[in-house]
Amino acid sequence: MIHSVNNSPNTPGSASAEPVLEFNEVWFSYDSETAVQDITFSVTKGEFMAVLGPNGSGKTTLLRLALGLVKPSRGTVRLFGQDPRSFDNWSRVGYVPQRVEAVQNRFPATAREVVAYGAYRGFDPFRIFRRSSGGEVEAALDMVGIPELADRRVSDMSVGQQQRMLIARAIIRKPELLFMDEPIAGIDAAGQQAFHALVRRLNTGMGMTVMLISHDIGAVMREATTCACINRQIVFHGGVHDIRSTDLSKLYGFPVDILLHDPNHTHR
Amino acid sequence: MPEILEYDFMRRALLAAVLIGAIAPAFGVFLVLRRLSLIADSLSHVALAGVAIGLLTNLYPPYIALAATSTAAVSIEELRARRMLPGDAALAVFLYGSLAIAVVIISIAGGFNSSLFGFLFGSILTVSGPDLWLIGALAVAVVLFVTVFISELAQASFDADLARINGVRVHALNIGLAVITGATITLAMRVVGVLLIGALIVVPVLIALRVSTGLTRTVFTASIIGMLTAVTGMVISFYADLAPGGAVVLTGIGLLLAVELANLARRTLRGRRLATEVPHSHGHIVHSHAGPSAGAHAGVMGQEPAGGPGGPGGASA
Repeated sequence: MIHSVNNSPNTPGSASAEPVLEFNEVWFSYDSETAVQDITFSVTKGEFMAVLGPNGSGKTTLLRLALGLVKPSRGTVRLFGQDPRSFDNWSRVGYVPQRVEAVQNRFPATAREVVAYGAYRGFDPFRIFRRSSGGEVEAALDMVGIPELADRRVSDMSVGQQQRMLIARAIIRKPELLFMDEPIAGIDAAGQQAFHALVRRLNTGMGMTVMLISHDIGAVMREATTCACINRQIVFHGGVHDIRSTDLSKLYGFPVDILLHDPNHTHR
Repeated sequence: MPEILEYDFMRRALLAAVLIGAIAPAFGVFLVLRRLSLIADSLSHVALAGVAIGLLTNLYPPYIALAATSTAAVSIEELRARRMLPGDAALAVFLYGSLAIAVVIISIAGGFNSSLFGFLFGSILTVSGPDLWLIGALAVAVVLFVTVFISELAQASFDADLARINGVRVHALNIGLAVITGATITLAMRVVGVLLIGALIVVPVLIALRVSTGLTRTVFTASIIGMLTAVTGMVISFYADLAPGGAVVLTGIGLLLAVELANLARRTLRGRRLATEVPHSHGHIVHSHAGPSAGAHAGVMGQEPAGGPGGPGGASA
């Protein structure tokens, strides 16, 4: 299934090619420095797109543009057909950031509270008098494998545990589109394996569209269906198995070899 | 009836202390978690300028101060949101700007030194009936604000971007928080004084962050600690004839110190116990005491046991 990649990135699989995210000639600059330029691509329903690129290449900017946190200087971004700056149906979208502001200081919230933020359904003046909705939080924590940490304080959790909690927070509402920004940085090998198994389940099992920023070329080749390599502009965009070593070498500025696997060989 | 409750002014001062002590840390939690506690300092100097203008023009000083802090609170948030000034630079401009205004007005007028002293350092004699009504109204407003927006406030202090993507109107919330901070400062300065009000917002929060787990619970704990320190400080100030602001804040800081020391002692003891146990549980000699060695094992495996608050992970805080 992972290997059934179409050459055209816009029509993966047999599903209707319904774009959930579109970038059209998007430019963005912080002050005078251009962060990304002339970005055009789209992500279709059910796709698992990985974004590769060196540090400072504009990967996170891409996500911030998609989420409407910044406004493109030129071009248009469409999230489910709408401008993300005025998009309001956020239950369709999940986002796992690289890190959050809060976890450095002595943040008192428990994992249960943080995951419940993900189930936020708008203003409710009587929220403080309600108990959390039955089992949603527990199910999400269970899915990421940390049900025993529900009442642990965020600031007492390890980086890996915090990341899992943030993933639980992002998937509690079962979004259609899940953005993840290097979620496995700082997680050990076993944790990475568990992470990839989870994403596989979300993508192929539950049909979630996934856009994942990653530094792990090997994992991207193994897990994703499509890949965008960016270094301020798109260097390559297509099925993961169409990436050439030369594309990656151009991307990172030094020779990168891809070890090609027998497509029938399974790693699991 | 104890002597302290025989005086009308003292009953009013105590009631004011209970209310201010309870509400200041309730929203202070969110200021501290977002590293905005300095806004309290800036707004208290704005309040001082407002008081100076009020004394000069013979208007009821709290009203002028309330108008000044609300305007300043909105301006600071707007400046920050538009990135015209970096966050703390805006705070500094308002702090020094309003202190300068206050100093200039005071030197022009020259005549209201004694009443100004009360505003600077607090005075238990000055809480009037109208003051108390205003403080009561503010208490209702703060309790409503915090209970109604608890999830939004929590999300915004956890991560502003995540909150925004969740549909939380972070900017509007920031303005609300800043205005409430300004109003609390204005009304509390009669009791603890402009110079120390920031401590009343921050110190009980620091204690609560050390002793409680869970954000909602921390808000309640901070409120109760704030109320207790305020009342204790007022009682000390009455019997020892001290400026109430100083007595209240020193009570809070004393409690903070005690909690931190207790925590340090507990961690040192736990560390020593672990150090003596680890060789036992990993050596070849089998020991039969099961409980503690399980904890030592789990610590080594990097899988913390599901202990209470302040478990092994507490060291990383």
